[in-house]
Formats: sequence, structure tokens, C-alpha cells
Amino acid sequence: MKKRIINRLPGQGAAAVLGLLPFLLLLLAYAWGSQVRLEANPEDKLLPALSSLAAAVERVALEPNRRTGELQLWADTAASLQRLGIGLAVASLLALVTGLATGMVPYVRAALAPFVRVLSMVPPMAILPILFIVFGLGELSKVVLVVLGIAPCMMRDLQQRVMELPSEQLVKAQTLGAHSGQILWRVVMPQTLPRLIDSLRLNLGPAFLFLIAAEAIAAESGLGYRIFLVRRYLAMDTILPYVVWITLLAFLMDMALRGVSRWAFPWFHQGKERA
Amino acid sequence: MAALLEVKQVWKEYGSSIVLEKLNLSVKEGEFCTIVGTSGCGKTTFLRMLLGEEGPTRGSLLLDGKPMPAEPGPDRGIVFQRYSVFPHMSVLDNVTFGLEVTRSPLLGRLFGGARRKARDEAAAMLAQVGLSQALERYPSELSGGMQQRLAIAQALIKKPRILLLDEPFGALDPGIRADMHALVLRLWKESGLTIFMITHDLKEGFKLGTRLLVFDKPRLDAQAPNRYGATITYDLAIDRQEPALLEEIQGAVTETSRFNDQQ
Repeated sequence: MKKRIINRLPGQGAAAVLGLLPFLLLLLAYAWGSQVRLEANPEDKLLPALSSLAAAVERVALEPNRRTGELQLWADTAASLQRLGIGLAVASLLALVTGLATGMVPYVRAALAPFVRVLSMVPPMAILPILFIVFGLGELSKVVLVVLGIAPCMMRDLQQRVMELPSEQLVKAQTLGAHSGQILWRVVMPQTLPRLIDSLRLNLGPAFLFLIAAEAIAAESGLGYRIFLVRRYLAMDTILPYVVWITLLAFLMDMALRGVSRWAFPWFHQGKERA
Repeated sequence: MAALLEVKQVWKEYGSSIVLEKLNLSVKEGEFCTIVGTSGCGKTTFLRMLLGEEGPTRGSLLLDGKPMPAEPGPDRGIVFQRYSVFPHMSVLDNVTFGLEVTRSPLLGRLFGGARRKARDEAAAMLAQVGLSQALERYPSELSGGMQQRLAIAQALIKKPRILLLDEPFGALDPGIRADMHALVLRLWKESGLTIFMITHDLKEGFKLGTRLLVFDKPRLDAQAPNRYGATITYDLAIDRQEPALLEEIQGAVTETSRFNDQQ
């Protein structure tokens, strides 16, 4: 019997193969394009051969930089991840505190929610010059950009998540004799934490965006700094591996956060084993 | 004996629409009042007033001769149709929570011997509702009936004077529902609680309660459906239950239901 296409489900193996297919196709298309261009002009820098990409990776990852003596890729990664990590941690903390306060307490919501809503509309890139002027060109301005870039949206998201908790639960807690602090501590916050992780996962992409933008403009190390530095020499053999590396880092961070959430909050994932 | 709950000439209005009007009621300790009526006849509004979530627009609502507190408190327990239990706590923690919040005023969390004692009490309560086998499970792993048993245990651990049940068995299978009826009746007889239970099912109301309250709109006006509120149209002791009466109430309630449906 023939089913409609919306009702046909791929098996597990088929799904895995299908999932890998676009990656393979992209790789093949690149290898082919690179070969065609290099045949026409061996000096072409736009699409380096896979072998020269591998050589470049070896150079930046395994050989000490001639000027600084550092392993360049790892030094850049460490610098970027430190900025990103601090930024994400501060933004999460701000989002949690503000989200809980505005989500739970009507007076705080009345006072802060409109402000946060407007704040989230400020284009972070537009205030980057201000950050450089105020905080200097050092680490602080980059971290602040990441925080200002993602925290307001996370605050709004968390407020929404807190307000979405069924009011029945809050009433129930009150009929059990809990006061506001106990409701915050035992009922609302534990249920907000997995939602905070969700929010953080969704904001990893924007966080990397703001990090790389800040590094591109003023920095002495970092993944974004490197990409924009070697752009001057059309060094695609460095840029492409860096882009893949950044993507991989973001992907791994997303996976790790998902893993943490499943391990720490099993009740949150029961009955919705998707995504 | 003085009445536990006294409702005198209570009106509840939202803007120009009148939900409840001329509500008068006096309930003694230990009564089991079942409340029936169609949707939109103020049953839930009345329950929210008993909880303290809403106040009357006019009239007075007295608990033990004093005005009803303006927010929910531990003397009035509640079981909703859904979302009554905390999804992030195990079955045992859900019940222990009620003890922890009073015994640990700052954190709402007990440690060591005090914690063991509270957990033992909670486990004993859970045994009464038949959940001894599920202490460490999360609510999402329980069936609908088990979740409602948990919600009842959770409410009863606080020894409330009044237990409010808001269509607690509406989403359960018929067989399970009969089990739950037996459970509620047993707990009610053992504890001497005063129970208010909202139900859609008139038969359930007759079966469980000692007193049946029918919320209905005595006047239906197609031109101004919200001009007249609902009130208690029947207030009867259930021992004088007669099939003819049941039919009469069912007829009146269905008429309002059809009227609402056409608005």
C-alpha cells in the first residue's frame, strides 16, 4: 500500500545516512571546485586543495608560531573561549535573576519588564564603539559585548518561561504553606534552570557572532582576530579551517549543554524525547 | 455548632458582566459539598473565592466567622484537575515539601534526622493513597489516577480544615474514577475534613456528597446573557435523593448549557 510522503518514515540507518549526505555533498563540491580552479591557475588562493588545508591545520595546530612561540590555534581558541565563557556565564546569571524576579513578582515586572524590552531592541553592534571607548580595547569590552548582545533576550525569554509555569502550581504551593521565598527556591527556580539551559543553547550562535565581531575590530588574539588578520593575505587555507573549528566548538557546546540538562533535569525531558 | 463557612449575599462581577449573584450559603464542619453546574456558571469562580484568589465584589465570605484571607493558605487544601503536583520533585518529595516549608522557614529544606522524619511521615501518607510503590518516581512517569492520588496526599499532609477539589477526576477512566471515589470517601470519613468538590457529573455529585449545590442561572436573557449571574438554585441534603429530582436538575442545567452554547 502506498503511503503519502508525509507519512513515510526513514529507518534509523537511513536517517543517519541522509543526515550525513549534505555534509558529504558539500565536501565533494568543494574538492571538485578546488580542483577545477587549481587546474586553471595553480596560484589560485580562493579554494585551496584539501591537502593544503590539511597542511595549514598542521601548521597552526601543531607547530609553534615563529613570532610568538605559541601553538596558534590553541592560543586563539583559549583566548576566545575565555571571553565567550565569561560572557555566557554573566549573561546566564543576569537572565536567571532578572527572569525570576520579573516573572514572579508583579511589582518588579511592572518596573523592569518594559526597560528590558527596550534594552533588547538596542542593536549591540551599534554600541560596540561606546564599549571600546568606555571599557578600552582590552578583554572587558569584548565580554561586555557578548553579555549585552544576548542577556536582554535571555531575560525576556526566562521571564516568559517563568510566567508559563501553571498557576495551579503556585496556588498549590501556597496552600501547602510556602512563602514567596520558598516558592522561588523550591518550586520556580528548579523548574527554570533547564529552561535557562535551553535559552543558552539558542543564544550560542549570537554569542559567537558578537565575540567574533568584537575580536575582528580590536584584539591581539582569538579566533575572530585571526580570521580577520589573515584575510589581508587571502589566506583561505587558514580561514576555512578556523570557520570549521568555530562551528565544531559551537556544536560541541550545544551538545554538552543538552547532555548536562538531561543528566541534571531528567524530569524535564521525560515525555518529550526530541530536539 | 457555628458554621465553618458563611457566604452572605455575595456578588461577583467582572466589569459589567455578572458571574455570581445573591449567593447565600452556610456550611458546617465535616460536610461534603458537591458543586455541579454547566461551564460558565461560576463554579470555578466560587472555588477561587474559597481559595482566596478572588474576593467577592459585594457581600461577605466568612471562614470561622472571620473574613476569608485574601490569598491561599494552608487551612484550605486544593486538588486541581491538572498541574497540581510539582513535576521536578519525586513523589515522595512532592509530599515532603508541605512539611519542609513549615519546619524549615528559611530554606524550605530539611536535613539529617528532621528530613528522615518528614520523609517517613510523607511515606505513611502516600501509603494511605496507595502510592508506596512509586516513592522515587517523577509525576510524569505516573498515570493520571496516580497523579491525582499524589495531589490528594500532598494536600492532606498539611491537615487542612477544608479540601477543595476542582473536577479532580474529570480526566480519568471510569474504572479508575470509581476507585478514586472510594479513596476520597474513606479519607473524608477518617479525617473529618470539610470538602467542596466541583464536578460536571451530576451522578458523581449525588454519589459522593452529603450536600449537593447546583450553580445555575435562574434567568436566561438572550439580549444580555451576562446581565444576570448564576446562583445556587438547588441546595439539598443528599439523603433525600429521588430520581425525579435528579432528572429535574439535569433538565435545568442542560437548558442553561444549550443557552450558553448558542451565545
